[in-house]
Amino acid sequence: MLAAVLAAGDGEGFHAPGIEEFYPGALLFEGTIFEINRIMLVRFVMVALLALFFILALRRAKLVPRGLQNVAEYFLDFVRLHIAEEILGKGAARRFLPILTTFFFMITALNLAGVIPLLNIAGTSLIGTPLVLAIVAWIVFNYAGIKAQGFGPYMKSNLLPSGVPLYMAPIIVPVEFVSTFILRPFALTVRLLANMMAGHLILVLFFSATNFMFVEAGSALLAPVGVLTLGAGFAFTLFEILVAVLQAYIFTLLAAVYIDLASHAEH
Amino acid sequence: MLAAGDNPNPLLPPGYDIFWSAVCFVLVGLLFWKFVLPIFQRVLDERTDKIEGGIARAEKAQQEAKETLEQYQAQLAEARAEAARIRDDARAEGDQIIEEMRTRAQEESARIVAQGQAQLDAQRAQIVAELRADLGRMSIDLASRVIGESLEDEARRRGTVDRFLDELDSVSAPASK
Repeated sequence: MLAAVLAAGDGEGFHAPGIEEFYPGALLFEGTIFEINRIMLVRFVMVALLALFFILALRRAKLVPRGLQNVAEYFLDFVRLHIAEEILGKGAARRFLPILTTFFFMITALNLAGVIPLLNIAGTSLIGTPLVLAIVAWIVFNYAGIKAQGFGPYMKSNLLPSGVPLYMAPIIVPVEFVSTFILRPFALTVRLLANMMAGHLILVLFFSATNFMFVEAGSALLAPVGVLTLGAGFAFTLFEILVAVLQAYIFTLLAAVYIDLASHAEH
Repeated sequence: MLAAGDNPNPLLPPGYDIFWSAVCFVLVGLLFWKFVLPIFQRVLDERTDKIEGGIARAEKAQQEAKETLEQYQAQLAEARAEAARIRDDARAEGDQIIEEMRTRAQEESARIVAQGQAQLDAQRAQIVAELRADLGRMSIDLASRVIGESLEDEARRRGTVDRFLDELDSVSAPASK
């Protein structure tokens, strides 16, 4: 089928979306650290919408919630009860709730941009945001561990778990070091980034294919295929909404788990 | 399509990407840390206060109701005791009155009986005296008639009659008793 499509396209042909999707042209300050392109604008829009939503919802917060306040409290309670308190317990949950809530809502908002018409790309599909958030998570869980145990005991409990014989140290210590201090933030970053990149590429693929079948191919034979790709694109849009929230949940949950692991010597 | 060499590595972040991500993170972080969560926490705390306050108030009301009930029950018991005491007093007083009246009635009846006895004794004495006189005279009349003459000697006559009457008394007295 693809061969047929490419053959039918003759001159230009069909362009499968590639990595260039994530590097649109600069709009402002090109070449500087302040460069603003389309994806940066999407991030700003989503941050503004997130702020607008919570300001409207909680501007006149009442004891008995109504309307938007109900919705906002529902989501906030989700993070508070099902992530923070479930993993960390009530006491630590209160300390780390601001950072966990920030993770969850920032990732959800930027992820959802991928399925919002006109924005159409997730703010997290470029490595910067996942990386910044993972680095913050890394700083927070190490801070929690050092605060709870002290620097020496914290490093020891992470690098050489109790019960491991000393002659194993040359193997265990590097493995544990890489796994705890490098792979954890790396996995957090890549899991989120790859999910959002892949989601975006799939959606672009289906919708650009639909456009190609209906408009550019100029053949009535390909129209039914266009219907198929349109349906698939719609289905994947719904799936991307799920993925958007799920990835935010996973990132926040893992951050909470890392904080919890760091706060307790034995694990 | 871009040439393969032009493709950036998606794992190597451009500087602006990191910069704007950090800016967004700081903004969202401040939003939740300084605005959203304090309000949310305040509302939650207020709600907890309200619920706990409601429970405390309900407990207080229940406590008050219980105290009032106890007070009423104490008053009721007191009133019952009072009523019982009054009843007992009344009964005792009644008994006393009955006793008094019985005593008085007995005294009265004894007095009446004694009076009647005295009267009877007096009448009897009177009747006996009268009968004695009548009997003496009638006996003398009878005797006079029988012997046809009147006894002249007063002294003899009186002695005879008295002797006769004494004999009569000693015969009739045991029979009358």
